[in-house]
Amino acid sequence: MSPSAPLLSVERLSKRFGAFQALDGLTLELAPGEVLGLVGPNGSGKTTAINVISGVYSADAGMVLLDGRSIGGLPIHRRAHLGINRTFQVPKPFKGLTVGENLEVAAVYSRADRAEIGKCLEFLELAPLVGREAASLNSAQQKRLDLARALIARPRLLLVDELGAGLNPVELQRMAQTLTTIARSGVALLVVEHLLGFLRELTSRVVVMDAGREIFEGSLEVAARDQQVIDVFLGG
Amino acid sequence: MPRGGWYSVGVVLLFALLPFVYGNHALLFNMMMYLVLAQGINVLFGFTGYLPFGYVGFFGAGAYGASLAILLVHLPPVPALFVGAAVSVLVALLLAPLLRLSGAYFAIASLAASEVVYYIVSNPHLVSLTQGPYGISLAQVYNSGASYATMVVVLAMALAVVVYLRNSHMGLALQAIREEPISAGFAGINVVRERIRAWLLSAALAGLAGGTYAWHVSVFYPKSVFDLNISVFAIVFTLFGGVATLVGPIMGTLLLYGLYNWIGISQPEYFQLVFGIVIVLLVLFLPNGLVSLLRRVKIHVP
Ligand SMILES: Nc1ncnc2c1ncn2[C@@H]1O[C@H](COP(=O)(O)OP(=O)(O)OP(=O)(O)O)[C@@H](O)[C@H]1O
Ligand SMILES: [Mg+2]
Repeated sequence: MSPSAPLLSVERLSKRFGAFQALDGLTLELAPGEVLGLVGPNGSGKTTAINVISGVYSADAGMVLLDGRSIGGLPIHRRAHLGINRTFQVPKPFKGLTVGENLEVAAVYSRADRAEIGKCLEFLELAPLVGREAASLNSAQQKRLDLARALIARPRLLLVDELGAGLNPVELQRMAQTLTTIARSGVALLVVEHLLGFLRELTSRVVVMDAGREIFEGSLEVAARDQQVIDVFLGG
Repeated sequence: MPRGGWYSVGVVLLFALLPFVYGNHALLFNMMMYLVLAQGINVLFGFTGYLPFGYVGFFGAGAYGASLAILLVHLPPVPALFVGAAVSVLVALLLAPLLRLSGAYFAIASLAASEVVYYIVSNPHLVSLTQGPYGISLAQVYNSGASYATMVVVLAMALAVVVYLRNSHMGLALQAIREEPISAGFAGINVVRERIRAWLLSAALAGLAGGTYAWHVSVFYPKSVFDLNISVFAIVFTLFGGVATLVGPIMGTLLLYGLYNWIGISQPEYFQLVFGIVIVLLVLFLPNGLVSLLRRVKIHVP
């Protein structure tokens, strides 16, 4: 397989909430092992993009293709079976279950065994918390648990939504390493992020959104000098 | 033995042996019936978060399904119970779209649905089929000993279901769905299918309890098997004890139904008062039920 064959293609994706156009013709592509940053001011439609790609919302128009096949209309669990997974801007672990049980839930379908769950817990520095109720974790730990839950499902495409927010510099550094390791294993990563310094550790390729529309695609360095991008960020 | 297994065996043996030393068999029978219903509520509410106020609809559907199988098809009582359970499951399948609703909407819609079933069954135009408002008499198959023994078996089945859910992937998946349905989807769980399975399982338990109740009392009116109080009792017992555990609904039922028989039958107005106070205290101080007290003192609750 050629390295450039896209795993994910998003074509002219649109989503309205009532009269409000949250996503307006978004187009992007992502290859296995590639990391793409998705940035833009608050309310520009980044989370909505993840929600539509992952099947939480259905699109009004446009297509989401995985391996060149349309997955529009598939329910969430079918997309998870095909290898799409994600984390949430506000983490959504199973709060009444323990950390270990949170991963066991995800292991049912993927058939990850105890050893894999153990490795995943180590990888995300959750091993000492394995018996704790997820509700008792702090926000950074809950984000890592969200990520662990996604990894146990063996994703090929991982959509992460502001994993950096609220982390201290040491945690940010570790999270960047974690995501880089995941991408190196061949997983395609779509990274929604406000912290551009953190994003720079992961990739140089970004799509910049404003008002549901893509206003820039290219390298982070060029984006930082693009007048439209600067205006949008300073204005928003 | 799986978690809660021995505990269940103990409860079943208790109800199997108590009639030999304790004379109030009606109390024992009703207690078992509520244990089954409370566990049925537990399966649905404890493991998926849906609170079915109309749960009694499945109980009534089972009672009528079993009775009509006896009266019209001349089945023996025990096979007829399975017809009753099948009728309840069928009703649950028809009502499965209600699971699209959430929270209070679901609770109220399920209540309305059970009223609809009640009106159909008690409709005077259906006298030739259901006896309408005149009720059912199963005098020819009346057998208090056999029906009691059957309820012991139904209780064992209900406890087995909850022990299974407490120890299985399915139970874990259901709890995950209750906690965070979207994340459950990303864990690969077919959320809609699992919810429907729990709904049908819960309906089947109520149907079995209803059919066995019909056989045991052998004469009843539609009002008595579609009595909303049955739902309310089963729900309060379950919540009082603590949901999503095996032990919670058992403790809740034994204590509160015991209390009901102690003061409720002689002085129903005091019972209403006590019952009301218990509910308020529960909501205020023990939202997770009695089992949360046990957990607080580090007792492991199966
Ligand atoms: N379920 C919804 N119903 C109605 N409006 C919504 C819904 N979800 C998002 N929106 C609106 O769509 C717009 C885009 O929201 P979105 O969450 O995608 O932005 P975002 O780029 O992720 O912003 P942030 O950086 O603040 O997370 C916002 O104006 C938001 O209010
Ligand atoms: Mg967002």
